[in-house]
Amino acid sequence: MNDLKFSPDVCAKCDTYDCLMKCQYMDFDLESAKEERWKLIRGEDTRILYDCVTCYACEEYCPYNNHPFYLIVERQEEKGIHPVPKPIEKSQIRAMAPRGEITPMKVHAPVINMCYFPMMLGTIRGKLFEGASAIVGSDIFCNLMYLHFARNSVIKERLPRMIENIQKNYLEPSGVKELICYHDECYGTYTSWAPAFDIKVPFKPIHLFEYLYNRLLELKTEIKPLNLKVAYQRPCSNRLSPEIDHFVDDIFSLIGVERVERKYDHENALCCGGVFEAQQKFDLMEQNQTRNVDDMKEHGATHCVFNCPFCFWTLSDLVSQKGMTPIMMSDLCHQALGE
Amino acid sequence: MDRIFERLSDIVGSDYVSNAAEERFIYSRDPGVQRPHEPDYVVLPNTTEEVQKIVLLANEEKIPVVPLGGGLVLSGLSIPLKGGIVLDMKRMNRIIEVNEKSHYAVVEAGTAMGMLSAYLAKHYPTLKNSLPDAPPVATVAGNVMIHGSGHLSQSEGGFHSEMVTGLEVVLPTGKVVKLGSCSTVPYWFSRAPLPDLAGLFLGWNGTTGIITKVGIKLYPRPLLNDGLMFLTEDVDTVPDIMFRIVNTEMCEDLTFFITPKPAMFEGFQMTIISITANSDKEMRLKKEIIRDTLKDYYESKEAGFVPIPKEMKAFLLEAPQKNLSAFADVRKGGGFEYVGAIIPVEKIPDAYRAGLEISARNGITYSLGGRMIGRGHSFMFYFAYPFNRADEDDMNRVRQALDDTNHAALKMGGIPWKAEVSGQQLILKQMWPATYEFMQEIRGLLDPNGIMNPGNWEVNP
Ligand SMILES: Cc1cc2nc3c(=O)[nH]c(=O)nc-3n(C[C@H](O)[C@H](O)[C@H](O)COP(=O)(O)OP(=O)(O)OC[C@H]3O[C@@H](n4cnc5c(N)ncnc54)[C@H](O)[C@@H]3O)c2cc1C
Ligand code: SF4
Ligand code: SF4
Repeated sequence: MNDLKFSPDVCAKCDTYDCLMKCQYMDFDLESAKEERWKLIRGEDTRILYDCVTCYACEEYCPYNNHPFYLIVERQEEKGIHPVPKPIEKSQIRAMAPRGEITPMKVHAPVINMCYFPMMLGTIRGKLFEGASAIVGSDIFCNLMYLHFARNSVIKERLPRMIENIQKNYLEPSGVKELICYHDECYGTYTSWAPAFDIKVPFKPIHLFEYLYNRLLELKTEIKPLNLKVAYQRPCSNRLSPEIDHFVDDIFSLIGVERVERKYDHENALCCGGVFEAQQKFDLMEQNQTRNVDDMKEHGATHCVFNCPFCFWTLSDLVSQKGMTPIMMSDLCHQALGE
Repeated sequence: MDRIFERLSDIVGSDYVSNAAEERFIYSRDPGVQRPHEPDYVVLPNTTEEVQKIVLLANEEKIPVVPLGGGLVLSGLSIPLKGGIVLDMKRMNRIIEVNEKSHYAVVEAGTAMGMLSAYLAKHYPTLKNSLPDAPPVATVAGNVMIHGSGHLSQSEGGFHSEMVTGLEVVLPTGKVVKLGSCSTVPYWFSRAPLPDLAGLFLGWNGTTGIITKVGIKLYPRPLLNDGLMFLTEDVDTVPDIMFRIVNTEMCEDLTFFITPKPAMFEGFQMTIISITANSDKEMRLKKEIIRDTLKDYYESKEAGFVPIPKEMKAFLLEAPQKNLSAFADVRKGGGFEYVGAIIPVEKIPDAYRAGLEISARNGITYSLGGRMIGRGHSFMFYFAYPFNRADEDDMNRVRQALDDTNHAALKMGGIPWKAEVSGQQLILKQMWPATYEFMQEIRGLLDPNGIMNPGNWEVNP
């Protein structure tokens, strides 16, 4: 049950091995990439299991959607590998466990899924989210973060219940069919991870950026262009839905913002470093954060735009220290509407 | 009208003395589980001379005098066990002097820790004092009297009583003495190089005299502070982890806590490492050195540094820490008391196990934790138990747990700190008999009429 839809045959026909050749955290030539990849497929020991920093990027790099990253996580768990120290893993699994406190609630579209970020609820306001219902909490939490802990089993165990909670307590009784995912992590869960493990999703997930774009179009006459140059910090989970990235440009063009063309954006985006800290890779964290933020500054950004609250918390101090303003995408859109 | 009341009114003014039932009720208890005893009078002096006159009167009338600071000690040390006068020192709260270059402040005894700290932040932003995690109304004198400790105890020299540079004391006979350099020159820089008499008062719970002024050391206030949290699941590793961190000499405060709630923390030990620096470069280096010293632990994956969200970090680095005060209301009904035992660092695992066992046996919840005192010289381990003040059974369970904890602390080679009267008796029974006799001789010399905080530090109160 819930086996990963992964096909060795697809890899057998692959001649780029992009999943590893493009990896920013491990070096391979084509030969070694092939060799290590096949060791992984056969369930043998390989350095991939230990050196992968769980940046999610190979999910995007694989041109055949063969889920190379999910396979790494499966294998890590099978072999009892812990990318994050065990007490931290255990305490996090407990911290985010469903509390079983959910009760049915009448909602109305648009329904915004705030994941497990109650502290972000304040952003669901104003014209941008007019008439929206926001849902949040441990009982609807996607749990995808356990990919970083090599614990697919936790996601497999919890996710079906979360989906049912959302559907039975909120959407179905209110006749709502779409769920707007504030966090990339939720969107990636429903559009990438769940199908990869054959878990059915009864509602239609919509990415926050698509919602923001359409809403801004409706409010176009009220937008005051911001005339800013911004750097975009792409979150790891956006690797699961790269097709969404164009909405960043679409939104920016509506609100008069220039996305600086910098080295560490798009396919080359760098992890915010928060996960490296949990994995006790402190040097990597600092190097990565420094080159990432320096790159923003060098390309003339005055603001750094985030969509992931976790990236925001991890990087905002450094961004501010370098003289830029850290801001969440939703708040940037509020600003453009004068809110 | 009551003769003593009238004479007290003459000394401090009628607004500052009371024998009203409501006042006596309030001053009969503290926030812990010790049983209340009413004073006959509550008096708030304003000057050393007034204190002196009150003490002379008390000698004449042979009535007890119990000094009171913030009243936050929790273990009933300023509850007037034999009635008499509670001498509330809070009006004597003037900050007399700050010597910036010689890093000390001279304050009146009723000056609150929070006042001194706010005053320094405003007028001497490069200096700070070590703060206990008690609510900020705790007084400097009350805290040094009981050998308190705080957020600079690890990095800057141990117990707060060790940070005392001089004292002005009204002796139980009414004589006013100055101790330390201030006895000889106009400066309060240190207790050395003179014969050190401060030990006749510090740690005595006000049984040997009333402190009216304190000279206290101040320390540099670096511009930045940050923190690391190291999570372990095997308490036997904690002494070694603490040892290594201390030896880096890179951290300011070193504490740890254990709590069953929220569930994410249950069964783990959280070591909190506070770091200060004057530049980002220095901060990075200090963090790197501390992390490196624990590398084999985190590489084994059996322990590790937890990424701390910004809000939580601000909360963890706060001085004083508010979480223990919040803990007081866990049982609803707002109360908690703790045994703070001063133990050898290597006994942390024993203390942890004892705390878990005692709280389970008594059917109560707990918060355990502690602070490194000095550069690994001893450890203040607290066993805190909350109770509902409206529930006598609950309070009895906590009383029993505190008693069990005092026994356990002594058995493992520690000494209960600021122990309640029954705890003091346990300590004295275990004390070298000649030492106890010596204590009583000193006390008899200083306080021939036995008026000072009677019941404290006595085998048979
Ligand atoms: C939530 C909480 C956290 C705490 N954390 C800490 C901590 O981190 N570190 C710590 O050290 N303590 C801590 N405490 C314990 C206690 O509150 C403090 O030690 C406090 O500083 C005691 O000062 P006080 O003014 O309240 O003293 P009081 O309770 O008023 O008095 C303490 C003793 O000193 C005597 N005394 C007071 N003033 C004088 C004086 N002028 N002359 C002679 N004797 C005097 C009293 O008679 C009594 O015996 C904590 C308490 C609470 C409630
Ligand atoms: S996972 Fe994708 S990129 Fe990697 S070898 Fe297989 S098919 Fe190629
Ligand atoms: S998840 Fe990231 S680090 Fe791991 S193999 Fe894929 S691209 Fe490399």
